[in-house]
Amino acid sequence: MSSVTQADPAKQAGSASPLTRRRPLGDRGFQILALASGLLVLVILVLIAVSTTQQSTDWFSKAGVKGIFSTDWDPATNHFGAMAFVYGTVITSVIAIIIAVPVSVAVALLLTEVVPRRWARPIVYLIDLLAVVPSVVWGLWGILVFAPWIQSSVYSHIASAVNGIPLLGSLFGPPVSGASFFTAGIILAVMITPIVTSLSREVIATVPVIDKEGAYALGATRWEMIRGAVWPHSQNGVVGAVLLGLGRAMGETIAAALVIGSSATVTSRLFATGYSMPAVIANQFPEAAGEWRAALIGMGVLLFALTIIVNLAARGIVERSTRRMRGA
Amino acid sequence: MEQSEQNVAAKTELPKPTALEQAAPQDVSGTPGRPIFDVRNVSVWYSAFKAVTDVSMTIHENEITAFIGSSGSGKTTVLRAFNRMNDLVPGARVEGEMHYRGTPLYGKDVSPIAVRRRIGMVFQKPNPFRKSIYDNVAYGPRINGERNRRKLDEIVERSLRRAALWDEVKNRLKSSGLALSGGQAQRLCIARTIAVEPDVVLMDEPASALDPIATGAIEDLMRELKKQYTIIIVTHNMQQATRVSDRTAFFSVLTDSKNDTRTGVLIEYGSTRQIFEDPQDSRTQAYVTGRMG
Repeated sequence: MSSVTQADPAKQAGSASPLTRRRPLGDRGFQILALASGLLVLVILVLIAVSTTQQSTDWFSKAGVKGIFSTDWDPATNHFGAMAFVYGTVITSVIAIIIAVPVSVAVALLLTEVVPRRWARPIVYLIDLLAVVPSVVWGLWGILVFAPWIQSSVYSHIASAVNGIPLLGSLFGPPVSGASFFTAGIILAVMITPIVTSLSREVIATVPVIDKEGAYALGATRWEMIRGAVWPHSQNGVVGAVLLGLGRAMGETIAAALVIGSSATVTSRLFATGYSMPAVIANQFPEAAGEWRAALIGMGVLLFALTIIVNLAARGIVERSTRRMRGA
Repeated sequence: MEQSEQNVAAKTELPKPTALEQAAPQDVSGTPGRPIFDVRNVSVWYSAFKAVTDVSMTIHENEITAFIGSSGSGKTTVLRAFNRMNDLVPGARVEGEMHYRGTPLYGKDVSPIAVRRRIGMVFQKPNPFRKSIYDNVAYGPRINGERNRRKLDEIVERSLRRAALWDEVKNRLKSSGLALSGGQAQRLCIARTIAVEPDVVLMDEPASALDPIATGAIEDLMRELKKQYTIIIVTHNMQQATRVSDRTAFFSVLTDSKNDTRTGVLIEYGSTRQIFEDPQDSRTQAYVTGRMG
């Protein structure tokens, strides 16, 4: 945007100097369109934030900070503590990221650096297909097929094996349920893997050949080349991909609602039933009224804030490391 | 050999050899003039395209050999055949025989990784890794298994000194290799290459992206390095070839109008003085006198 043109368009249009050219109509039109679109996004975001906050003030003011972050959620007695849901959202997202990121990055590296191009194509299509599966289908598959199976053939064995062991026991010990934090985490991981993979793959594909050759010319093996040339180059982009995946995992509603078990508890036991913020909104909103309704809308505001905080924090970390490596 | 003003200016920047540098392992230095590479009837293909046809030549130890010739004459292709960089290009294959110190480079049991650890390469465009200056130089020793912090410090300092970069960067070894100027970045790449103590350094137009002063610094460096390494350099700059090299190979494009194909060939190979002052082939003469290419 040139401030000169904006400041005094009349003078410009009337100028006879051959050096000042009038900007073509298309240029101006596009500028206005781009600016308007950009502003529209911002305006919509602000409107959403304002209206949801407005409709949840009832809860915020009545419950207070202590009430909001209590673990006591009981609509019958007008207790609306959000802690269990915040906890569930964070735990399931963390599990999802821990599972999905190594897999996604490994697949992305495999596709860009190892598999010949003519094989990579079909695999990419296949992975992208995973992203097309509707989340309700993942949820139904999760609760009807996956959860019963993993409960009987994995969770129960692990739980009985670690029961009583200090740290492991409190993470993986009983109670055991098919629908649980961990199952939700796995389903979320499967759901975010395609997007994290394909974004990572695109970032990794932009590493210049000459950087890779530099490593190879020093006698690097493929793995050493990836660590020396590809990784430093794509690390930030991969973090960005992970952030998008994380955002998706935190906001995922219906799949999580189906497989998390719908019980508002805070426990370190990952195989126990839990709840998440989007899941409780989806499940309870239709019957909610008054402060209950306000609390559910407020939950949305909290989720919004949580996502923003996580994003900003991660961007900050990335920014710092980039600045150091660019030497700026 | 003539010395331009810039070269003299750059020369004063060269650090004095230190005790550290003198303590450097000398086992790689050989006898000047002894054959190190024997190339017999080598052709390189990129899928169906024959990029270079029937090259035969002998490269000599502790000398600088320059490859000159017009674009498309296959200089870089041949250069990349010396450390099997062409293996990385899908569809590339080498025909004929290339021996390195008596071992066939393309022999069945020969690992390209091991080849590249002995025969390093500096590229046309400076390509430091997105790492600190220190980590750039330490990368090679590290992948060779060197973990000792003190030894790495020593190698980094010695390599940067040899690359005539130490004084400029010694106070910011932890800052990014990408923050260096073009000439410094190229010297960093040279330091990175010699940090693994190779036997041969291949250079693919190492100064083509640099200004004259930086070019002068790189050329001084090459003359310094040839005491310890064998250097092969591809250059578009004929003055550069006359300034630094002991032998020169002139490549040209051979066009077959009947089949509409073209391929690179080695026209003439000899001492640099002979190639430039008494070329035997009319095409060489045309090229070095500037009437062609």
